Amino acid sequence: MPEPAIITENLTRLFGDFIAVDHISFKVDQGQVVGYLGPNGSGKTTTIRMLLGLLEPTEGQATVLGYDAFRQTEEVRARAGYMSQKFALYDDLTVWENIEFYGGVYGVRDKNSLNATLARVGLTGYERENTGDLSAGWRQRLALSIALVHQPKLLFLDEPTSGVDPNARRVFWDLIYDLADEGTTVFVTTHYMDEAEYCERVGIMRDGKLLAMDSPAKLKEETLSGPVWDLYATPLELALEALSGVEGVQRAGLAGNHLRVITDPRITATKLKRALKTAKIDVSSLDRGDPTLEDVFLSLAKD
Amino acid sequence: MTEYLIQAQGLYKSFGENHAVNDLFLHIERGEIYGLVGSDGAGKTTTLRLLVGAMLPDAGMITIDGMDLFQHGEEIRARIGYLSQRFSLYEELSVLENIRFFAEVRGLSTEEWLPRSMDILEFVGLAGFKERRAGQLSGGMKQKLGLASALVHRPRILLLDEPTTGVDPVTRQDFWQLIIRLVSDERLTVLISTPYMDEAARCGRLGFLRDGSLLKSGTPAELRSALEGSILELRGEPLRELRLAAAMDKDILEVHAFGDRLHLRVATGKTEAVLNRLPDQLAGRGLKVEDVRIIPPTLEDVFISLTSSEIADA
Repeated sequence: MPEPAIITENLTRLFGDFIAVDHISFKVDQGQVVGYLGPNGSGKTTTIRMLLGLLEPTEGQATVLGYDAFRQTEEVRARAGYMSQKFALYDDLTVWENIEFYGGVYGVRDKNSLNATLARVGLTGYERENTGDLSAGWRQRLALSIALVHQPKLLFLDEPTSGVDPNARRVFWDLIYDLADEGTTVFVTTHYMDEAEYCERVGIMRDGKLLAMDSPAKLKEETLSGPVWDLYATPLELALEALSGVEGVQRAGLAGNHLRVITDPRITATKLKRALKTAKIDVSSLDRGDPTLEDVFLSLAKD
Repeated sequence: MTEYLIQAQGLYKSFGENHAVNDLFLHIERGEIYGLVGSDGAGKTTTLRLLVGAMLPDAGMITIDGMDLFQHGEEIRARIGYLSQRFSLYEELSVLENIRFFAEVRGLSTEEWLPRSMDILEFVGLAGFKERRAGQLSGGMKQKLGLASALVHRPRILLLDEPTTGVDPVTRQDFWQLIIRLVSDERLTVLISTPYMDEAARCGRLGFLRDGSLLKSGTPAELRSALEGSILELRGEPLRELRLAAAMDKDILEVHAFGDRLHLRVATGKTEAVLNRLPDQLAGRGLKVEDVRIIPPTLEDVFISLTSSEIADA
């Protein structure tokens, strides 16, 4: 069994009194695509910065590709790629000049190798384009190619899809899966709940704590005790009130123009409808919904 | 003819070479929650700024409540509450002092502002924090204070620019709860911009914005119905080979990996045929198919199919 690509044990980082990352322990296997999901300020970037050896843990430790992330930073950097939230590209340079520059930083000067890196992200033919003229989606691909220039075994992507449109986002995820198929481990942060569904495993962060880490299917199975319902009814607020008093309703919340309800497995539609009828609420539809990672997040955050 | 509360027709706004808003048409009904959905640079913020009268369009017309925005700017602005993406609070002032400032800017009299402010703070759940300095509020509380400031002059229309980007889902849910109460109890009309497709699904109607114009508008159900039955979920292994093999089928337009599953988008009217032949086709290549089923399309699927057919048409 190959050793895990990342191991953290009680990894913790304080900034003054503020606990940015709070005793986090997890393992990431080689070749996995792992998502690190959480809102802004939940500790995602701080975790990555410690894994890259940019920041010293206050407590605990991180082992990346078999090396101590903080004490053997050079070893880690030589084998890991990093694409940050605000990727630093030189806008006044061409695509080729950017990759040539960053290649040089990592000691990669071979033209064929640089060309191969551009080809991997679909940038062949764009070498002479001015970086400043590229759309958000193309800039993102160039930033990815720069993170890949030294053929890392592990890739850290910090909110790589913020602000790009859904098409570019899907193309980007296709690229990530191509890399994973070739054996690259990918650790990607996001604040998009729906995007985390793309990952093989997802860690859920809130207030510096890792609430859970597992496959999206397992997270849903284990966190949500029963079915999820979409309820369309009027008046919505009274329905919400009525449901909170029904035994077996785990949580009910507003989801735009309807209610999202999580119940115990034994609760049936008939039972819910009966309770709503007693409260004089007009139900227009009540259907089972597919559970989402947002349901999981809300359930985990409750405690 | 429906009388729309907000109507924008043929709006244009450029910043140099950048056509931020490009022939935009928008119709918003009274009492609805309308979502303006798009990625960064799609033109969401510029559209909202034009509607609030904070900047003039290069061309086009905006009518709000039957009045021309350019002739009745003052009157219309009195009816609009606007929460910008980076709303500024005075960090060194208390919660109540912040609200007072916005109330006075909006011309509320001395007798009026205090009771109104307390009502609003009560409503957003900040009444217990009125003496706290804004700088010491949590992110979610700051956002609620921003909302309170936008509501202090009793607007009838609320324009919210990405109020939930990057915020905790718990806060997001609280925020939506407030918005829904404003719409159902006070009949406010809300226009909210968001980059999140899952959030768009919560709006009564929504419009997909791209390159400064509206691709399509409708209720989430209407928009999804166009793709009903054309998204398949496939489970099996090995996933990589399944991905490549599925993509070779002429009626499968897109293949995407989602963890341990694949999502396939099938050409219109071909679902039955694909469901019939695909499992055998894949099994013939020595691949294992555990399950193939039709799944409901997401709004993201809809957005992608709209933009890819646009490319195909070009």
